[in-house]
Amino acid sequence: MGTAKNVAMDPAETLAHSGDSYAIETFDLTRRFGDMTAVDHVNLHVRYGAIFGLLGPNGAGKSTIIKMLTTLLDPTSGTAAVAGFDIVKSPGDVRRRIGYVPQLLSADGALTGYENLNLFGQLYGIASADRKRRITEALHFMGLTESANKLAKYFSGGMIRRLELAQAMLHRPAVLVLDEPTIGLDPVARQTVWERLLELRSDYQMTVLITTHAMEEADALCDALAILHLGKVAAVGKPAQLKDGLGPGATLNDVFAHYSGGTIQEEGNYRDVRQARRTANRLG
Amino acid sequence: MTSAKPDAQLIASAESSAFLDFFRDSAAIAKVELLKVMRDPTEVLARAVQPILWLVVFGEVFSRVRGIPTGSVSYLAFLTPGILAQSVLFAAIFYGVAVVWERDLGIVHKLLVSPAPRSALVFGKAVSAGFRGVIQAVVIYLTVLALHVNVRWNPFSIAGVVLAVMLGSAIFSTFSLIIACLVKSRERFMGIGQLMTMPLFFASNAIYPLALMPRWLRVVAVINPLTYLVDALRGMMIAHAQTLHGPLINLGFLCIVFVGLLAVATRLYPSLAR
Ligand SMILES: Nc1ncnc2c1ncn2[C@@H]1O[C@H](COP(=O)(O)OP(=O)(O)OP(=O)(O)O)[C@@H](O)[C@H]1O
Ligand SMILES: [Mg+2]
Repeated sequence: MGTAKNVAMDPAETLAHSGDSYAIETFDLTRRFGDMTAVDHVNLHVRYGAIFGLLGPNGAGKSTIIKMLTTLLDPTSGTAAVAGFDIVKSPGDVRRRIGYVPQLLSADGALTGYENLNLFGQLYGIASADRKRRITEALHFMGLTESANKLAKYFSGGMIRRLELAQAMLHRPAVLVLDEPTIGLDPVARQTVWERLLELRSDYQMTVLITTHAMEEADALCDALAILHLGKVAAVGKPAQLKDGLGPGATLNDVFAHYSGGTIQEEGNYRDVRQARRTANRLG
Repeated sequence: MTSAKPDAQLIASAESSAFLDFFRDSAAIAKVELLKVMRDPTEVLARAVQPILWLVVFGEVFSRVRGIPTGSVSYLAFLTPGILAQSVLFAAIFYGVAVVWERDLGIVHKLLVSPAPRSALVFGKAVSAGFRGVIQAVVIYLTVLALHVNVRWNPFSIAGVVLAVMLGSAIFSTFSLIIACLVKSRERFMGIGQLMTMPLFFASNAIYPLALMPRWLRVVAVINPLTYLVDALRGMMIAHAQTLHGPLINLGFLCIVFVGLLAVATRLYPSLAR
């Protein structure tokens, strides 16, 4: 939509956000599970209005970072500020300002599309009349108007993802956090999600943080990227910068392989098995 | 809307009254849970079959035996509140399975990222379990009507029974949620659920008076919330029944247990997303 204006680049606008210039800023963010360090002193800066991608092989720590930023998980050390609020000291303020779409496709199958949205609209304290309007609008925006009164268990994967996006935008969050928003979607559904995200950013100036394995997704969608490897930031920058840094003709795939080392295969297989099993549990 | 700032009005309202938020969010959770029950009542109705069998088969047979001293009331009348309490327990104790399911689906994660107070997420589930328990009570009342058991039909008695049933359901469903938070997997949950119900049932006054129990079992029964639920129901449902405590003590004890469990569940619930 043509109304896009790049808020992030406008210093006056950024100052409006309680004096801080970043939508997300992490300070030596660290999380250990036992003696395994899943996230290791990560320092990231995400500008307001940017679409920022977290890339990394399976087990790199992407979801763990997301869980900390969404206040689901406490950091072992370090902290982060999201939309100007500290995730450890003011988790409630953070929650009111973010929208979240988890890695697994998640909608309550026993409720209709509309009811799924209505529940969260209520939990976010959106008053009744306003809520109805916003739900109708969000369903329309995500192309789900016809399916509004169908139970979510009859939705396709792409429809569930769009329903989740509709839910995450209801309360107009400053920051939208999406963990692998296009995983398991067919190319058309994936394209639709990209388009909607770009529109959300331009219509509402939402800051978007996504994780992904898909290089073409990162290339097409993200203003800036961080490549994670074994819990550490291996590289960070604009996609073009990262590619140029490696030499002429380098693709983002080359960049990814360069920074995430040769251990992808091994870990990837293990994690993929777990992932598949979780999905199987969910369906069975 | 051209500002990245979140809706100022929305945030103000969300910060205005934590107390109102608690009830609004609990109601929202309870409402969708009940909606789901109404849409697919098979599970709730299936759970109502068992208590009917207990009353019709076990109750009728043991009434003939006359081996259990129940004072001036018939054994079937003595048994009725016990079976109601049992059906409340059995229906609520597996409630945690649904929570494990919601965790596997990522729904718990989304609920926990919302600004809803965690206590409201837990309380809302307990309230919906309370209403589900009332369905069990309706089934029991219909059964005893058919069996001509002498229960009190006055509105105060029935209102008291409904209150006690809701409280009991809330207690056992919250207990179940706590177990779900601890074990986090469906298989382990089913095992533990199975393991818990029978001891809770037998270490209570549901089907025989405390006086018949060996001393050690009586000690367990005295701290078992099911005993207080049965006693409360017995006092309110059956005329001239002997009870251990008055209804206020019984309901008061149940309230305290519920508040305690609610506090524990509120603390543990966020661990489901970790
Ligand atoms: N709750 C947990 N307990 C123990 N270890 C965990 C837990 N959650 C994550 N881990 C471990 O932390 C590491 C990082 O996991 P994380 O889920 O953040 O990776 P990811 O980058 O999101 O991977 P994927 O692409 O597979 O989603 C992995 O080695 C994982 O096994
Ligand atoms: Mg992940």
